[in-house]
Amino acid sequence: MTSLMGHPSADGRFGEFGGRFLPESLIPACAELEAAFTDAWADPSFHAEYESVLHHYGGRPTPVTECRNLSAQLGVRLLLKREDLAHTGSHKINNVIGQALLARRMGKTRLIAETGAGQHGVATATAAALLGFECRIYMGAIDVVRQALNVFRMELLGAEVVPVSSGSRTLKDAINETLREWVATVGATHYCLGSVMGPHPYPWMVREFQRIVGTEAQGQCRELLDGEDPDVVVACVGGGSNAAGTFAGFVDTDARLVGVEPAGGAAIGRGIPGVVHGSKSYLLQDEHGQVLEAHSLSAGLDYPGVGPEHAHLAATGRVTYVAADDAEVLDAFSLLARTEGIIPALEPAHALAWVVRAAGTEELPAGCTVMVTLSGRGDKDVAQVAEMLHPRRIVESLM
Amino acid sequence: MTGAIEIALRARRDAGRKLLVPYVTGGLGPDWVRVVEAVAAAGADAIEVGLPFSDPVMDGPVIQEASQQALAAGATPASILTELSRVDVDVPLVVMTYYNIVFRAGHRRFARSLADQGVSGAIVPDLPLIELDGWGAAADGAGVETILLVAPNTPDATLAQICERSHGWIYGVAVMGVTGERATLASTAATLGRRLKAATDKPVLLGVGVSTPEQAAEAAADADGVIVGSALVRRLLEGAGPDGAAAFVAELRAGLDAL
Repeated sequence: MTSLMGHPSADGRFGEFGGRFLPESLIPACAELEAAFTDAWADPSFHAEYESVLHHYGGRPTPVTECRNLSAQLGVRLLLKREDLAHTGSHKINNVIGQALLARRMGKTRLIAETGAGQHGVATATAAALLGFECRIYMGAIDVVRQALNVFRMELLGAEVVPVSSGSRTLKDAINETLREWVATVGATHYCLGSVMGPHPYPWMVREFQRIVGTEAQGQCRELLDGEDPDVVVACVGGGSNAAGTFAGFVDTDARLVGVEPAGGAAIGRGIPGVVHGSKSYLLQDEHGQVLEAHSLSAGLDYPGVGPEHAHLAATGRVTYVAADDAEVLDAFSLLARTEGIIPALEPAHALAWVVRAAGTEELPAGCTVMVTLSGRGDKDVAQVAEMLHPRRIVESLM
Repeated sequence: MTGAIEIALRARRDAGRKLLVPYVTGGLGPDWVRVVEAVAAAGADAIEVGLPFSDPVMDGPVIQEASQQALAAGATPASILTELSRVDVDVPLVVMTYYNIVFRAGHRRFARSLADQGVSGAIVPDLPLIELDGWGAAADGAGVETILLVAPNTPDATLAQICERSHGWIYGVAVMGVTGERATLASTAATLGRRLKAATDKPVLLGVGVSTPEQAAEAAADADGVIVGSALVRRLLEGAGPDGAAAFVAELRAGLDAL
């Protein structure tokens, strides 16, 4: 029995990665959260409520779809785990429902969260509306402009959106600002962190709240594949929450696991350990330790770090991490839309891009079976992609 | 280990003086080294020099801005430490930075570089007691005093451990929040000061949200002294220069001496 993707060590480590690197003021809150999550996750009634909300409200289980047209074209059998069909349009809802139920159990009255492209902010605002929390979302000032519709969505859901003008004015600065607020408001406020990153217990807790993706997918794949597991399981990795949830369902099978980072934000690919936002992992940084910005066409993957468990999974070799560049991601985005009638979010388009590139090579030999987690739907990205693919048409339509 | 900072601060405290530690962002403006010297001459008992970091989660807007300006001007940990080695002051120097700067350099290398450049201590606010081991051992080995922070919500047992493990002084965070000026001193300051004084004989200084001579005096009534950062750095951002910085520190000094 492997110990991979089980409980982290008592000091919150996955191998050498993880930990709790935060100001002393937040250490009691992390300890309280760890105790509350440990207790809740061992309580069948908490599981029952979490699963019930995700079923009746969140639309779970999401299906696994076999892509017959694209499979024929690529020469591999391609399955998609359809997180794009979950409420709010991505896997993010799984984590926020879990955390919001936990926050209520802890007696908290407020949720705060960071968001990059806005998906986690929208999901958090949704859970807050459903469960009656006050909600404030921190979002980089640049992202507020780029994702104006998601800002409006969050406001429509009753959340307050605070633009962050410090640093690079993007996701990493939104996390900084959320942590700064949390230091001051920690008594009544729960920080609903959006990915498998941050201080212990977040990487473990968020992975457990996303495990449902992998658990469902593993069973669904066996139904479709006559009791077999896919040969390869692929997911995109920014912070890494959909990948962590997916891999958790397959880590004990023989499936090869592949995480796909954006070429301009490949924290694992570059392989330099660092500490930011509460944990030790791989981190894009300069020679002095200053954190660098990630750059890709997908705002949801533009994070300079990566969840510490992914760093560990890379170090152990159980998961292979690769990168996809913007051009092949755009191609994969369009390809899935045309062949299968599914417009993916740009984030999972990275995972698809790797499948398209690898299909027929020794990485993904002809005839093998591959499952990709389609972590979200592409509605949020359509305007951006239109501008990139057909700038003139957009300009004309505005005239 | 009882190092130079603790020895110096104990001696001054035991002589009846309230302690004053101003914070200056390293690399902020071309004359930041002269600011350090002017602040020392104006009545500081030790000086905290910030090594700017891209993602300072314990700092409010003023020190964030100062850090960004220093980084934009090309400041690096090495360049700041090199300049610090040429600073002519007769009070201990302490660096304040974030853990990734230390981790990237390597614990032993960073500790040695501090010692080599005449820096006596280090404050790393995102390295809590539970994560201290690697850096703590390297710093001890190099004779660098690691000053640990205690927050208003730190449990008694942890507070006692931090008092035991902290060198130089104990840094009491006066308010639940990040650095920055406040209109009034938080009520948590006095409570924490008293808890710390009851737990340790090491020097106890309160910082974060101590902004004026009046607040400094109020905080120092329940502690051995104060750390003042944002109020000084804001003046530097507004162009106060070495003379303006010295004038403000002299005001703080006068406020403390009136106690």
